[in-house]
Amino acid sequence: MKKQISDFRVAENQLLNRQYFLLKIRRDEPLPPIFAGQFAQVRVDNSAETFLRRPISVNFVDYGQNEIWFLIKIAGKGTEKLSFLKKNDLINIIFPLGNGFSLQTNKNANLLLAGGGVGVAPLLYLGYTLKKQGFRNVNFLFGARTEHDLLLIEEFEQYGTLHFTTEDGSRGECGVVTQHSILKNEKFDFIYCCGPAPMMSAVAQYAETQNIDCEVSLENRMACGIGACLCCVTQNAEGKNVCVCTEGAVFNSKKLIWQI
Amino acid sequence: MANLNVNIGNLQLKNPVLTASGTFGYGVEFQDFVDLARLGGIIVKGTTLNAREGNPYPRMAETAAGMLNAVGLQNKGVAYFAEKIYPEIKNFDTNIMVNVSGSTVEEYVNTALQINELDKIPAIELNISCPNVKQGGMAFGTNCVAAAEVVRAVRRAYRKTLIVKLSPNVTDITEIARAVESEGADAVSLINTLLGMAIDAEQRKPKLSTVTGGLSGACIKPIALRMVWQTAKAVKIPVIGLGGIMNAQDAVEFMLAGATAIQTGTANFIDPKISTKIIDGIAQYLDKHGFKNADDIVGLI
Repeated sequence: MKKQISDFRVAENQLLNRQYFLLKIRRDEPLPPIFAGQFAQVRVDNSAETFLRRPISVNFVDYGQNEIWFLIKIAGKGTEKLSFLKKNDLINIIFPLGNGFSLQTNKNANLLLAGGGVGVAPLLYLGYTLKKQGFRNVNFLFGARTEHDLLLIEEFEQYGTLHFTTEDGSRGECGVVTQHSILKNEKFDFIYCCGPAPMMSAVAQYAETQNIDCEVSLENRMACGIGACLCCVTQNAEGKNVCVCTEGAVFNSKKLIWQI
Repeated sequence: MANLNVNIGNLQLKNPVLTASGTFGYGVEFQDFVDLARLGGIIVKGTTLNAREGNPYPRMAETAAGMLNAVGLQNKGVAYFAEKIYPEIKNFDTNIMVNVSGSTVEEYVNTALQINELDKIPAIELNISCPNVKQGGMAFGTNCVAAAEVVRAVRRAYRKTLIVKLSPNVTDITEIARAVESEGADAVSLINTLLGMAIDAEQRKPKLSTVTGGLSGACIKPIALRMVWQTAKAVKIPVIGLGGIMNAQDAVEFMLAGATAIQTGTANFIDPKISTKIIDGIAQYLDKHGFKNADDIVGLI
């Protein structure tokens, strides 16, 4: 897949709550195929304090509008500046990067898409892709602190069944995703997971004990995003450092060392 | 249009723009963005005798107008390079050079010997300035005696163009430059990264697994420019300038300060097309100011 560097215009930038915003960007030129789980290297403004690009996973692709969506958490100066972008502002991205999630062959497979925090972002486009490809059993399981931290619920509902855990019990079951009853009551054939490291580690352990294949999407800090600088490495099961930007960001959980 | 050709020792470059080691992979990574045949040369990732895993994550921290890295020379070793990577890149229509590093003089020599056998590699860049490895690397580049010793040994073993990459983490970079010149280096490249550090105050932890790392990016340009200027005045061999070059104007400044060629480094991460944009920008500058050759502006300051 050929990578591109391209200018887009902001089509919409919507603050979802104090921490999260949904940035939709558009260009005239048709988009190349983008896989669920791929990401873009987004240029902020190249000011002194936001010198490097920010790796941000693709939340959704609207090919009809040549539009890419990013669900972004304000985590620092770079993402904060992106939250200030206005309609028609220019934005430059390098994309599509990384490998993306793999798709199963059995359309009846019972699939679990587990996400926490901003980690739910790539799961929307994954859910859309799975539904479009005819997968019948798509289950989203989202963990958050409170119901206010659950994002894009109406969007997700179009592509599968939703299950929640919140730490305060304000929506769904009280606790964290790996405590949800669905994990005891249903048998899953494949798990996709993206979220904070402790959550992914716990989900990977669950998958291991249940002997379910599981893919996780990592969020390591990156400089180049294209496999040149070797900054974003994670250790694979053989103890080798591999680039998250090119070998991932999606990995089979059995192929990584889990340190938590 | 002005003639962009420059020479580094016996090596002809079609223009003064090289890509810095560790910032451009093996060139392959940038093929979607850059016509590699347009480049003056590509200096591939630091290569050592044996495979190295590098340092643990986190290896990178953004800083004001720059970044720290502590990659630690992760590479698969020179034999892997020769067998697996070289066949993939040897037919690129540009000068492919290998950055060679080591922990001992013998390692440098043995690595250089193996690179010497590769027909399509016309030059090595001897890295005596990596700040991110415990042994060797910068230790050779911060002392005239050690720098001279490793260059002397490699010079005996290596027949083609020998560039020595200098560390800025010294009191007087011109002393080191003169020491390696007198041992037969064909050129010096400078600067490698400056040793730096970043702390996460909230976590009360260093941001890099190694605590310290190499600072690069726009923030180091004034230091690099000064060192290139000083070094160009101190040696007769060509100086290749790098350190914070973000655009063609920066590149021209380095040439005016005495650099025969320049390298783009961290800028490749921000704009993967920057190397060829800089080639165009240098040509425009020469035309605009009526210079016929890229060489004509080298060392005007």
